[in-house]
Amino acid sequence: MTLVGAGLALHASQVRALPSQVIRAPGARAEPEFLAACLRCGMCVCDCPYHILELATLGQDIATGTPYFVARSRPCEMCVDIPCVKACPSGALDPELTDINQARMGLAILSDHETCLNFLGLRCEVCYRACPLSDKAITLEPQQNPRSLHAMFIPTVHSDQCTGCGKCEHACVLETAAIRVLPRRLTKGELGGHYRPDLPERIPEIAQ
Amino acid sequence: MSTSRRRFIKLSAVAAAAAAADITIPGLDEALAQNAPDASIRWDKGACRFCGTGCGVLVGVRDGRVVATQGDPDAAVNRGLLCVKGYFLAKIMYGADRLTRPLLRMKDGKFDKNGEFTPVSWTQAFDIMEEKCKAALKAKGPSSVGMFASGQWTIWEGIAGAKFMKAGLRSNNIDPNARHCMASAVAGFMRTFGADEPMGCYDDTEHADAFVVWGSNMAEMHPILWSGVTGRRLSTKHVKIAVLSTFTHRTSEAADLEIIFKPQTDLAILNYVCNYIIQSGAVNEAFVKQHVTFMKGVTDIGYGLRPTHRLEQVAGNNGYPGADGKPKGDPNAATPTTFEEFKQHVSEYTADKVAELSGVPKDKLEALARIYADPKTKVVSFWTMGFNQHTRGTWANNLIYDVHLLLGKISEPGNGPFSITGQPSACGTAREVGTFAHRLPADLVVANPQHRATAEEIWKLPAGAIPGQIGFHAVAMDRALKDRNLNFYWVCCTNNMQAGPNLSQERFPGWRDPANFVVVTDAYPTVSAQAADLVLPAAMWMEKEGAYGNAERRSQFWRQQVKAPGEARSDLWQIMEFSKRFKTEEVWPEDLLAKAPQYRGKTLFDVLYANGQVNRFPLADVGKVNAHAIKGYSNDESTAFGFYVQKGLFEEYAGFGRGHAHDLGSFDQYHRVRGLRWPVVDGKETLWRYREGYDPYVKQGEGVKFYGRPDGRAVIFTLPYQPPPEPPDNEYDLWLATGRVLEHWHSGSMTRRVPELYRAVPDALVFMNPKDAEARGLKQGDVVRVISRRGEVQTRVETRGRNRPPVGLVFVPWFDESRLINKVTLDATCPISKQNDFKKCAVKVVKA
Amino acid sequence: MKQGIGAEAIRGKGWLAAHRWLLARRVMQFAVLALFLAGPWFGYWIVKGNLTYSLTLGVLPLADPYVLLQSLAAGHSPARNALIGAAVVLIAYFVLGGRSYCAWVCPVNVVTDAAHWLRARLGVPDGAGISRSTRYWILAMTLAVAAFTGSMAWELVNPVSMLNRGILFGIGVGWTVIVAVFLLDVFVAERAWCGRLCPVGAFYSAIAIFSPLRVVAVARERCNDCADCYAVCPEPLVIKPALKGAARGVGPVILSPLCTNCGRCIDVCSKHVFAFGARFSKGVAYEHVHRDSAGHTGGAGAVAARVGTAGCARSADAAWRQH
Repeated sequence: MTLVGAGLALHASQVRALPSQVIRAPGARAEPEFLAACLRCGMCVCDCPYHILELATLGQDIATGTPYFVARSRPCEMCVDIPCVKACPSGALDPELTDINQARMGLAILSDHETCLNFLGLRCEVCYRACPLSDKAITLEPQQNPRSLHAMFIPTVHSDQCTGCGKCEHACVLETAAIRVLPRRLTKGELGGHYRPDLPERIPEIAQ
Repeated sequence: MSTSRRRFIKLSAVAAAAAAADITIPGLDEALAQNAPDASIRWDKGACRFCGTGCGVLVGVRDGRVVATQGDPDAAVNRGLLCVKGYFLAKIMYGADRLTRPLLRMKDGKFDKNGEFTPVSWTQAFDIMEEKCKAALKAKGPSSVGMFASGQWTIWEGIAGAKFMKAGLRSNNIDPNARHCMASAVAGFMRTFGADEPMGCYDDTEHADAFVVWGSNMAEMHPILWSGVTGRRLSTKHVKIAVLSTFTHRTSEAADLEIIFKPQTDLAILNYVCNYIIQSGAVNEAFVKQHVTFMKGVTDIGYGLRPTHRLEQVAGNNGYPGADGKPKGDPNAATPTTFEEFKQHVSEYTADKVAELSGVPKDKLEALARIYADPKTKVVSFWTMGFNQHTRGTWANNLIYDVHLLLGKISEPGNGPFSITGQPSACGTAREVGTFAHRLPADLVVANPQHRATAEEIWKLPAGAIPGQIGFHAVAMDRALKDRNLNFYWVCCTNNMQAGPNLSQERFPGWRDPANFVVVTDAYPTVSAQAADLVLPAAMWMEKEGAYGNAERRSQFWRQQVKAPGEARSDLWQIMEFSKRFKTEEVWPEDLLAKAPQYRGKTLFDVLYANGQVNRFPLADVGKVNAHAIKGYSNDESTAFGFYVQKGLFEEYAGFGRGHAHDLGSFDQYHRVRGLRWPVVDGKETLWRYREGYDPYVKQGEGVKFYGRPDGRAVIFTLPYQPPPEPPDNEYDLWLATGRVLEHWHSGSMTRRVPELYRAVPDALVFMNPKDAEARGLKQGDVVRVISRRGEVQTRVETRGRNRPPVGLVFVPWFDESRLINKVTLDATCPISKQNDFKKCAVKVVKA
Repeated sequence: MKQGIGAEAIRGKGWLAAHRWLLARRVMQFAVLALFLAGPWFGYWIVKGNLTYSLTLGVLPLADPYVLLQSLAAGHSPARNALIGAAVVLIAYFVLGGRSYCAWVCPVNVVTDAAHWLRARLGVPDGAGISRSTRYWILAMTLAVAAFTGSMAWELVNPVSMLNRGILFGIGVGWTVIVAVFLLDVFVAERAWCGRLCPVGAFYSAIAIFSPLRVVAVARERCNDCADCYAVCPEPLVIKPALKGAARGVGPVILSPLCTNCGRCIDVCSKHVFAFGARFSKGVAYEHVHRDSAGHTGGAGAVAARVGTAGCARSADAAWRQH
């Protein structure tokens, strides 16, 4: 019995590490707590109006029966009434989430500057236009193109706004998306506390 | 792009520059060879299939298939860059449901209006076309046959089509889809300058101090041009961009000055700007004195609706037959007036009044006017469909010219009005060749007997061959089919069932009426093809030798790179081959034949295409002219007909323009260079027209001359604000504007078949202000019906998208054939240009 | 294994009456599935979710209390709807007999009943002696692992939730677990899963300890020792005290919480010995005189005489002693 128990415990701790392209529904608690809370009932799947969510099956490297989506195939459509959270009976999807723009399912990162068409000077930016928080979560930063007089438009993710819905990754026209949603801990950097980027450019009193 | 490809482009650019400067660079050849991309791909130059920007592309072919496309680094327009549609050019010809055989609706082995589409041979297809066309001609004459042409036709397809209809069948019922996009611009040019097409070029973006973008979502619709504008602002700190629109879009979002105005009040704002210029003493008096004349346009011109509409019945100058059967005035009429009267007229457009009318805050109006009025600021004004698809579109065009003419800010680098063209060859084909119901090549018009005589001379036709009666324009063609006045209709290279207004009430019934026979030539089974009686499979883009003319007057050529699939043939072949079915006796009256007895017993093919001019260049020339690019080159049409068809058509047509300020370069030259901007005189292109030093037609000492008009002056028109015909009311309480998105071209027949573009933007949504949604109990993602008096479509609400309408307006793009928003739109046109207003009608949005 | 189990009942009552409760159970199991499937298959959303939690007609939550217990053990406080749903289920099964879940709702029951039938057809001999209390150890283990790992580890592999969820939402590779359960029951031990291992059943049996709805041997004096009831019962140990305990003063109610209220004993008994009744019933509610096919009035001895070849009697004996 102990062996069986130990085996189960091992399996449980393994599935706690989600594959990086697997995203939980909006409002999902952190994975360890989510796995304690999710009843695997599928209510969120039923109530998602766009049929985005699926329940994991055995052998998928995701905790069996738990809901998830993969942005590249079906991204979260960011419903303003968040029916998935409303449907969740156990609180695995935190009912404290009432504004979908506050969801943090992951963080988009434009990871490949070598293939992204915008970095090559082309006019793509489908990710920017697909973003439900366009001009907030993704902005276009014009940059001079060294090779011509045309400007380049560089999609830039802002981590304080991005919900991780994955519509950008889904829209990316490349064979493999150059922008993708990953867990925040894999994408976000952290400045040292000794450096203050929010300092104003000039402090008038000492600028004399 | 791999590093080696980037390096190769750099090296190629260096090599090209070195060659041009006649320099040798040591080691360059070795470097090129080392970094050369896949040698099994044959590369050649071409023009993008999509928008009027006219980016140059390199097309890569292997094993008879286009396998790669790149931006052409040697193309001045785009310097190797493309938008995402251009990125996918290599895929657009290879959709799974490409039409490869003619399809005729048949039942029991015979044509049946309600039959199933059955593959037939080309012979059978032309048989039924001949039968139906001749029957219509016999029953009602040339006014009962018509052709819907395209600004996406190649230049020679335009020539062949125009000749076939106007000279062959002697009907002016040929009108292009450019009627939906540029007609107001054309009318504006003709009224103000006496000559069509912009006086500036894209180089203007490199010199301007300010850009004002009216009714144009350039960021999405002319992407590379917008890259140029943005590049200018990045590199030069003081450069400002002002954008005016009826809803916030990606272009206005990027502006320094964003002006959102109530629909149609652009007319008032333009008048205000003129007023401000005069009041602030910014008028360039010397320029106005020397180069401008003042006219006042008639105003009571109606809205291009059916004559029975009450708005048309009360209109005194809409040109429709009155009670006595005679036309009620002429919407294009204008009387001479003075600067003082103009000043008086615009003085009513004060900042307060216009702010009230347009909903634009006074300070923004003044900021806009100051941009124009500042003598040190070189301003380029851009516009497209916001001005053109407008029930007073001609006026809007005239009014923006008023602004620039008052200031003298025109025809010089970075300074001037620039009407941007939507389609890849609305300029090169539809406008310059004149495939319009009222036009001939090189700005000639059918209503002018001298112009007709010129055409008859160039085309070697007997006098009187070309009819003087203006034909049906696009919207009129729909109505004529519905009213059974038009009975044979051939739609080429355009998806008008989806693109034209008021689909269910005014177009679909006519197409499906058994009294009419509709032929559609297209590459894919669009909704137009599905609504037709006979579908002819078309060769696309690189499957035929082609030429387009873009928005900056640049004509660009490409060679045929691959063969069309199955039995698909180019529109050019189809028109020319079909012309063989007509003997002159069958379509020309006796008195005409009597003047040209040599044409008796001949087919229209003989008269129009084997007339000694069009068939002047032998088949061998095809290879010779293009040997520098492709060894042993041939194209299918020339091979089929036995002479260099494209060159013959082009050179005959060029005779219209050469020496008349519409000069085109030589055919051979275009096949070598990356396009040339006409007038091309002595091998040199013209960047800025009407100004000495730039335009060869302006002599030394003349300074500026608007030589399109006999007095060499441009016209400042006095024109008022007038309200649109169908504003929102209690029941239909929202404005509907339609338009495009960057990812899809027009009706999506090509781009929606590219899986990545489809995935990026699969569906047309209704873009709505969140407050409007909330007030109607709607939220993001709800399925709704967008309903007008004419029809409805069902789609989802988008409150967060790329377009952010103000309260009171919704936007629906028209690329989605499963959401035909043109069931909802209104067929009201500018009465002068006959261009339909797709930006304003009244709708309601309710939960589905 | 005896041939013709229930044959006498069929002869006496007719096939339908002799399969009444079995049919009722199958209808119920099918109805549960149909209600769940009406939504995804036909667009009629009567019930959403699955057996671990569902919402009926948008108002009635039902939650599996065992899953909720695991969640609690893992350290999460479930939200309101889950708690309400579990309360409803607990009350319902408290009244109806906790393990009626196993007989009337659980989809794995169909699998294990089929395995039982196949085992009988194949004549697989008695196998590994897995103790019937193993399932309580497993139950305890699942809760311990939940507490230890802070996650519902058991639910990762639980075939009961996996099968229902799998039918509704897709099962993937999980079908192998169901097949494993099936094979376990066919080849390893009689009723290996439901009777010895399944912790879900173990949990529901805990609710059944005081359930009012029980099977009662209302006419135990008519028992003719044919032992058909032992043969069909998934938990045969529960029958003997009620059926044969009159002499020791034990009541006729099948009190054991392991009884699944499946009613097979009622179906298969030609003497109408059993019926559904209440926990506190004291015995025969009426004198039921029944004539068998030979015209004899019922009585245990008469039955034994009619039935008994030595072999049959021996088998009946063996059935008593099987566990």
